[in-house]
Amino acid sequence: MNFPPADKSHQPRTEQIILFRVSGQTFAISSASVQEVRSVDNIAGMARDLPESHLKKVRHSIRRGDRTLYIVNAAVHFGLQPQPASLVFFLRRTRTALLIDGIEKMTTMTRLQALSQAFQGEERNWYRGLTALDQAVVPVVHPEGFLSLEELTLLETAQTSADMRSASSDNHGAQVQ
Amino acid sequence: MTAATETTQQSFVLLRLGERRFALPASQVAELVAPSRVFRFPHKSPALEGVILRRGRMIALCDIAEQLTGKRLDTRRFNLLATRKYERQLDWIAIPVSGECELINVEMMDASSNDSPHVDGWLSHGGEVIEVLRLSALTPGPAETLLPAPLRDFAEARS
Repeated sequence: MNFPPADKSHQPRTEQIILFRVSGQTFAISSASVQEVRSVDNIAGMARDLPESHLKKVRHSIRRGDRTLYIVNAAVHFGLQPQPASLVFFLRRTRTALLIDGIEKMTTMTRLQALSQAFQGEERNWYRGLTALDQAVVPVVHPEGFLSLEELTLLETAQTSADMRSASSDNHGAQVQ
Repeated sequence: MTAATETTQQSFVLLRLGERRFALPASQVAELVAPSRVFRFPHKSPALEGVILRRGRMIALCDIAEQLTGKRLDTRRFNLLATRKYERQLDWIAIPVSGECELINVEMMDASSNDSPHVDGWLSHGGEVIEVLRLSALTPGPAETLLPAPLRDFAEARS
């Protein structure tokens, strides 16, 4: 008796994710999107103030190689009550360094459900979708969703101003919040 | 109200929101389930409370009682799981209801231009005149003006 070959399309696709906490809320991000994880204390000496940033969620930048990354406070971004952050995710292929409270664990998701069409706000840019883990629903963030093109343009302007100021007075070593 | 233009009977689910009853075309109703944990996460869609998990599917929860009766439900006995269609995608939504639901077969009278946008038509049942709800007007979704023409037709179509 011949059995048909196993259909590979039925094998569930999996993705490694990092569960992280921001103001008591759990989020997930693809581990492939996170280039590096550092403690806030570790980067404090390298962060630079952005006094003219018009974005509440971005108050500092950091130089990495030949690129300037903007430090985004995830709590402010999501409209949550900010708490002292302890870790920073440097997100691959973005200009975002993300301030978070902590990492819960690394795990695997087998299913990513697109956000319902009922969600029509900014969350459509924030999230790739939702996943269910251990009978709980976790939003999976979009690494590119933390800073829009418009926001990046504003930040570049603020960075230019900060660079001009720092030419006269050195302000490196900001307290990252 | 205008005179009935359709004479064929259709199936409707009667649902209770507080003291009032409303109807949905049965073709849009998937299931009636007991209330379960609501998962909340940051979003900017104020009409939505969060999502519920049902058989592995994450379904947005939207209380439509306040829009229809002027106050939120005191008691939620069930969540009615209904579907809406956007392009080829079936989009589920959970609606808290305050009582048992009932399946009936009746004729629907079309809504008139004077009716609210959420009224798809009218039913006469058990001495009551009952609004047939148009979910797309009560629950958030893609703006109809942004939808391609065939989809606008769908949004207006009677089930």
